[in-house]
Amino acid sequence: MKPGRRAEVAWIVGGIAVVLYAIVPVAWIVSLSFKGGDDITNQSFLPSAFTWENYRIVFASDLFTTALRNSIGITIIATTISVVLATLAAYAVARLEFPGKRLILGVALAITVFPIIAIATPLFNMWRNIGLYDTWIGLIIPYLSFSLPLSVYVLSAFFREIPWEMEQAAQVDGATSWQAFRKVIVPLAAPGVATAAILTFFAVWNDFIFGITLTSSERSRPVPAALAFFSGESSFSEPTAPIAAASVIITIPVIVLVLFFQRRIVAGLTAGAVKG
Amino acid sequence: MSTTIPAAPPEAAPVPPRRARPAMTDRTRHERRLGWMLAGPALFVMVAVTGYPILNALWLSLFDYRLTDPDGREFVWFANYATIFTDGLFWRQFGVTALITVVTVSVELVLGFALAMVMHRALYMRTLLRTAILIPYGIITVVSAFSWQYAFSNTYGFVNPWFGLGDQDWFGNTWTALFAICVAEIWKTTPFMSLLLLAGLAQIPNDYLEAATVDGATPWQRFKRVILPNMKAAIMVALLFRTLDAFRIFDNVFIMTAGAQGTETLSFLAYRQTISRVMVGLGSAVSVILAVIVVLIAFLFVKVFRTDLSQQKGGN
Repeated sequence: MKPGRRAEVAWIVGGIAVVLYAIVPVAWIVSLSFKGGDDITNQSFLPSAFTWENYRIVFASDLFTTALRNSIGITIIATTISVVLATLAAYAVARLEFPGKRLILGVALAITVFPIIAIATPLFNMWRNIGLYDTWIGLIIPYLSFSLPLSVYVLSAFFREIPWEMEQAAQVDGATSWQAFRKVIVPLAAPGVATAAILTFFAVWNDFIFGITLTSSERSRPVPAALAFFSGESSFSEPTAPIAAASVIITIPVIVLVLFFQRRIVAGLTAGAVKG
Repeated sequence: MSTTIPAAPPEAAPVPPRRARPAMTDRTRHERRLGWMLAGPALFVMVAVTGYPILNALWLSLFDYRLTDPDGREFVWFANYATIFTDGLFWRQFGVTALITVVTVSVELVLGFALAMVMHRALYMRTLLRTAILIPYGIITVVSAFSWQYAFSNTYGFVNPWFGLGDQDWFGNTWTALFAICVAEIWKTTPFMSLLLLAGLAQIPNDYLEAATVDGATPWQRFKRVILPNMKAAIMVALLFRTLDAFRIFDNVFIMTAGAQGTETLSFLAYRQTISRVMVGLGSAVSVILAVIVVLIAFLFVKVFRTDLSQQKGGN
């Protein structure tokens, strides 16, 4: 039994290493966000005294609060529209027979391959010509196009697994087709839709390239792009600790989603990539 | 790929039924119409927002066009491409991008495999491990870039004191700056790789491993003879996605060095030409070149992948 025990210990140590791997950079930015004054430059991992000062600075700055509002609004709108369109398309792809199915999946795959910057620079030019530059819509539209492929893949992988015959069975048992759809299919499809929504949220929340190329002011600039221009309380002091505080704030939604939907996210990532 | 496919108007799909074929039933016709009605909008958005801009970029790349001087716009054929391909800076940045791609993807494959093995074998902490590993995946790249930049900073960072490196200025020279960028990239994206590999691991039938163990195979032999061959597909998919992604690296470079110290990548070059220098023609040409390279990488992977898979099938 000795070697088995040793192996067990090795795997536990491995597990701890994995957790440390994931946590250290996050812990570091959190720690930095609580450092005040000279503490920032003492190069130690943990603060010697906790202060909320950086969070006060961040929330006192219009640059951050409006960017946060932009990010939240744009992400929610883009995610909603994207998931609705992707659900319809994925249903069609998984369930219906029609010419052009392959075309849709082909286009989706081609777009995931495409370098975003190669689309962002022509869009910069086009948006300026038609007045979408530096607006919410001007960001939402490109977010749709690059989040749709992943959602369509994830959802059609999910939809293919749904036993659609159950819907007919319910109808045979006397349910109307709407009842059959609502009572049987919706509960089965909901987890897939939720997964697609979370993955889309991550992708849009994370975007930096469109945020920085298609905006020029507080009107529409989302947080990741705003952080790159953040100057803190005064333009003469290094904004390191306030940037850390702002980073922590925008990381909170990510951590919450990961904690609650861990299983769904893993299922979605592997369904989209491996089965698709 | 997407660019060569003409944007089919969604409603034009139901082609008039040809007489030769058995007449379509109402049901089939209805299904086809419904299919296009449901999938059409998504396809339209994808093509309109990706296909059109890239065609536009192709067109603009043939002009000498500067935003600050719109009247001076002039059709110059392939002069922009000639300028780019004869410029040493482009090749340097191509090299930097390729280097970052090769280094990060190889490290990620090994590290990702190790993480996947730990997650696969973990008995007690399975949920905890999967939750933890998703944190880097979900975090905003810009935040991760800041975290690593401050970690390596010789004013704020813990890296120098932890490893006894004194006053090492990581962002003061090309190689160390690239090292820091690669570390940030690897940290952020290895989880994606390891989750795909984990899915691959889970698909290997346990009997194979047990049979190998009974036959007296060492862990290394089991890994090499049973695990690796059975995971070819998962590995290829993971490598393809990560390679394409790594080649487009932008956020980390922008935040950590802003391209200083010769760390500029091709994505950064495209950005700087068009957005900062408003050289739309030249910038578009860089975008087109970048797109072509990425498509070539994808094509190569798919090609190798296909032959590999068919060989595997033949071998069975």
